[in-house]
This record gives sequence, C-alpha cells and structure tokens, in this order.
Amino acid sequence: MREPLPLLVVDKLSVHLPCGDRIVRAIDEVSFTLQRGQTLALVGESGSGKSMLCRAIMGLVPGRALLPAPGRIVFAGQDLGALKASERAGLCGRRIGMVLQDPLSALNPVMKIGRQIAEPMRHHLGMSRDQARERSFELLRAVGIAQAETRIDCYPHQLSGGMRQRVVIAIALACEPQLLIADEPTTALDVTVQADILDLLARLQQERNMAMILVSHNLGVVAGRAHETAVMYAGRIVEQAPTDELFARMRMRYTRALFDAIPRLDDPAQAMLTAIGGQSPDLAALPDGCSFAPRCARAEARCSDQAPTLVSDGHARHRYACWFPCAVGANT
Amino acid sequence: MRFVGGKFLHLIVVILAVTALTFAMLDLLPASAAYAVAGANASAHDIAAIQEDLGLGDPALVRYGKWLAGVLRGDLGVSLVSGQPVAQAIVSHLPATVELVVLAQLFTLLVAVPVGLLSAWRVDSRFDRFCSTLGFGLTSIPSFALAMVLVYFLALKLKWFPAVGYAPLSAGVWPNLKSLFLPAVSLALVEWVILMRVLRSELIATLQEDFILLARAKGLPAWKILLQHALRPSLFGALTVFGLQVGNLIGGAVIVEQLFALPGVGRLLLAGIFAQDFAMVQGCVLLIAVAYVAINFLVDAGYGLLDPRVRRGGFARG
Repeated sequence: MREPLPLLVVDKLSVHLPCGDRIVRAIDEVSFTLQRGQTLALVGESGSGKSMLCRAIMGLVPGRALLPAPGRIVFAGQDLGALKASERAGLCGRRIGMVLQDPLSALNPVMKIGRQIAEPMRHHLGMSRDQARERSFELLRAVGIAQAETRIDCYPHQLSGGMRQRVVIAIALACEPQLLIADEPTTALDVTVQADILDLLARLQQERNMAMILVSHNLGVVAGRAHETAVMYAGRIVEQAPTDELFARMRMRYTRALFDAIPRLDDPAQAMLTAIGGQSPDLAALPDGCSFAPRCARAEARCSDQAPTLVSDGHARHRYACWFPCAVGANT
Repeated sequence: MRFVGGKFLHLIVVILAVTALTFAMLDLLPASAAYAVAGANASAHDIAAIQEDLGLGDPALVRYGKWLAGVLRGDLGVSLVSGQPVAQAIVSHLPATVELVVLAQLFTLLVAVPVGLLSAWRVDSRFDRFCSTLGFGLTSIPSFALAMVLVYFLALKLKWFPAVGYAPLSAGVWPNLKSLFLPAVSLALVEWVILMRVLRSELIATLQEDFILLARAKGLPAWKILLQHALRPSLFGALTVFGLQVGNLIGGAVIVEQLFALPGVGRLLLAGIFAQDFAMVQGCVLLIAVAYVAINFLVDAGYGLLDPRVRRGGFARG
C-alpha cells in the first residue's frame, strides 16, 4: 500500500547561525514527514531547536541564518527553498498558519483585534473590509470568544491572556490553512486555560482536517493530542514514534527524563520536582559523540566517541538515536 | 479634565518662573535701556530724565509687579526703545518664525521617517551605514555653516533662491516659500539626524517584538509590516524629540534668522536683549514659554493617540 503524498516533508534540514567566527548549529539534519490532517508533536527542553524548526518552515529564520544543502522543506509537493521570497510569503498566513508562544506579545498592542484578524484575509484573499469583518465574527465564535461583536473592537490589552491566545488562533485560521504550526501555544498561559486551548486546537484541527505541528517542552501536553511525537535535543531529533508507542516504550534516557520531569498529582505534597541534571550543550561546539552523553547516567566510552544515528526500533516506525537504549518494557 | 487643569497650572508656574528669571537677569546687567534710548551723545542728565520717564528708577520687584499686572490685563507694554506696543511687534514677527518652524520640521519629517524606517529594517546595511555617517557629519557642522554653503551654491551660483530676505505670504505663496526654503533646509539638515536616530533605535527594538514575527507569519509584505505594524508603536521617542525641536526653534532659530535676515521672533528677542528693552524681552520670553507648554501638552495628548494603553490610564505618561 502506498502512502499518500505527504503535506510536509522536512529532509535533512539544518539551520546554522554564524556567531562571530563560530557557527551555532541550531538545527542539525532534521527529517520528518507530516500527512494531511495529522498532528506531529515536537518535544524537547528549551534551546533544543523546536522554535527554530518552526521558523525555518515558515521561512522566518533570522537574516544571517544559513540553510546548508541538502536540506529541503517540501510543502504540498513544492520545494520551499526554490520559491521566491514573495511566493514564500504568499504561503505564510494563507496555507500555513502560526500560533506563537506568548499571546501577550504576539498581538500588536496599538491595533484593534478586528483589524489584526482581518489583515491576512484582506491581504491574501482580497476580501473587502466588510467581508473580512463578517468572517472575523465567525472566526471569533469558532475559537470560543463570546460577544464577538463587542470584542472585535477591543485592543489586545483589554482581553485576558487566554482570550488573546484564542485571537491569535483565529488569525492563524483566517485563511483556512492546511498546516498549523503551534509553537508552545499554552506555555505562557494560566494552567486552568491550558487544557481549553489545547482542546480547542485539537477540535479545530479535526473539523478543518488541518495538519498540525504542536511544539511543547512538556511531554504531558502532547499525550493523547498528537499522532506522532518527535523528541528534540541539541538541534536534532533523537527519538520519534507514534505517540502511544513512544509513551509505551521510551528508548532514550533523555525522553524518559523529560517524562519524569512532568509533575504528577499523586506525588507527595513536598516531593522535589525532577529535573534533568547538567546543561544543554553549546550548539557552537557540539561533542563528537552523543550530545546527551555528558548528562546521561548510562554513558560509556563509545557514547562520547561516536555519535549515534537514528535507527529503527523495528517496531511501529519507532526510531531512536542511542547506543545503549532503555530496555523495552523496563520502566526504570 | 483633570489633565487639562493640571497642564494649566503647570503653564502658570512655568511662566512665572521664566519671566521672573529673565527679569532678574536683565536687572543684573550694568547698562540700562535709557542709554539705548538716549543715543551715543546723551548727557548724564538726559539719561536720568529718560530713566525717570520710563519708570526705570523703581526697584526691580515693583517693575516686575507692574509688568505682570499689565500682562493679566492683556497688555504686554510698549517697547522702551521704539515705543511700539510689544504685542504688535510680536504679532508682526510671528509669521516668519511659524512658517520657518513648520517648513523646517516638515523637511525634517520627510527625511527622518523614511530613512529611519529603511535603516532599521536593514540594520548595518550599506544604506544604514551611509545615512548614519552622513548624519553624524551633518550634526557636527553648525547649521549656519551649512546655510552659508547652501547660499553660495543655490542662491549666488544657481540663483534658484534669494540669498536673504523674507517675502510675506501676502506677496504670493511661491515667493514666500522661496524665501524660506534655504533657512528651513539649513535647520532641517541638522534636525533630521536626531529624529532619525531616535526613530531608528526605537524601530529596531520594535522589530524584535513577537507581533512583528506574527505579522511576518501572516505573509505581509515588508512595507505593510513597517508602516502598519512597526511605525506607530515606535513613535514615542520621536514625538518627544519632535516637540522639543519645535519649541526650541520658536525662539532659538536666531542665528539662521539673522543670517537670512528673516523678521522672526528670535531676532526680535536678540535685539531686545542688546537694547536692554525689558518689555520686549519679557514679551518674547512669555511667548516662548507658552509655546513650550502648549507643545508639551500636544505631545502628551499625542502619546494617547499613539497607544490606547496610555489613553486608559488618563495620560499616565504625561
């Protein structure tokens, strides 16, 4: 059986940032595919390259960034690297929508939200002011904002954080994109509205049959909400599997550490939060071997000499990059 | 309303302070207006008579009180030297100054805003570095030196503009603009640099904001991002500087006014100081102080127009 043509193919993508006479490898040969209507979760600690990967797909990397060959991003059969800047901008906001981490700073503070929602529709779809306003009402209702008629003329500071993130989502959905990139959409929000926003995203994604890239540093957020999960460390994907499979059989100690770092309700009241020891590596001077080795409890000589590559687990498209993976089924 | 009331109080305090200080300064000078009135060949007796005649024999505080009482009645007094009413002299010198300020600041804006936008969009580009170097060069030259260069080429060599003199609006718009063009340009050549640098640095900060990233993620073209998203939140510093520049030029364009023989307020003030004509000096100082406070008021109101968050706080920045 042949798989249908994927919506998004990221193939050996690297993003290098020259920094003085050093080169920061923000993204290092990342590859994945995303089918229409599917959700891919990108998980990793801060600085692991999740946001940079999102920005690379949007074509919004900093001006000095280099995208060395043979890295490619293919969206709906089009190699984005071969497009002119104006054609690329034509995809942004129209076929690819983006939700940023902090809704408090993602909206222009001096522009009414109605105009901010209408903007992509007026620009890409050539809608009139009235058409765009009508459609903005629908969008505001779709993202669960009551009293859309009055809220549409509010400035961002007049809305709560959760409400503002709903507005940002409405903006991303305005032109009915095929791909939604949600870069830590709930990190800056109150815990009580985090689940609401995640459920909203999941519902909209299903209703509109969008593909979604859901970025989080919290493995708990993606459980049950993503078809597939890719774990990133130091600019690379180090483990990737269908989400259920990943949770059932974590092979990387880094993935397990991320999992253990989720605080649990049944922890005793005074329990210490679990943290991953050490610091994330200097992306301008990555070690020869496994970049997680200095922080890994089970690292051996081979780990610091040779970098492991992504290999198949031989089970349900599960891939990982480790010389000494956790034993299957071992929950320690 | 509380905002307006507060500003009015502010105005009164500023005017009292400024005029009292000016009065005290004039009083400290050794010479007296009587010498200027009497002329070079006057005897000591003549001068004493004129002193008495002008009421200059009274103590300074009494004279200041009299002047202040006059102002409250709407009477700025008469020039000690020419006998012309001060208000009339100021009104006749105002058009040249106002036109000069408007034109100079218009040129300043026309250059500073586009250059600031382009420089901030591509920081450290060749354009950015060229404009910064040019700007620093221009600010380090006094405006009258630039003015003389302009006069030499554009007025004397090419004969496009008159070298000196002021044609009032009643003489026709075109001759009027032509007579003000060179003075306005010589002021703007220095002023635009400051405005541009302030705008540029604030824009650079704004362009790092998340909402600019989101605007780019919407696929908007660069000009829309700059003009519709980045410019307005970046105007606070520029608005402040702009207000200060306007206030400064009302009495402070004196060198350029002198050089181009423009009958402006700056020259009137300068002539008054040389002649110890305290009524004239006080009148000009009063005008400048009122103008400063009024501009300050407009700038504060402008913050509210720029940013709705300021509006809600009742001009919290004011």
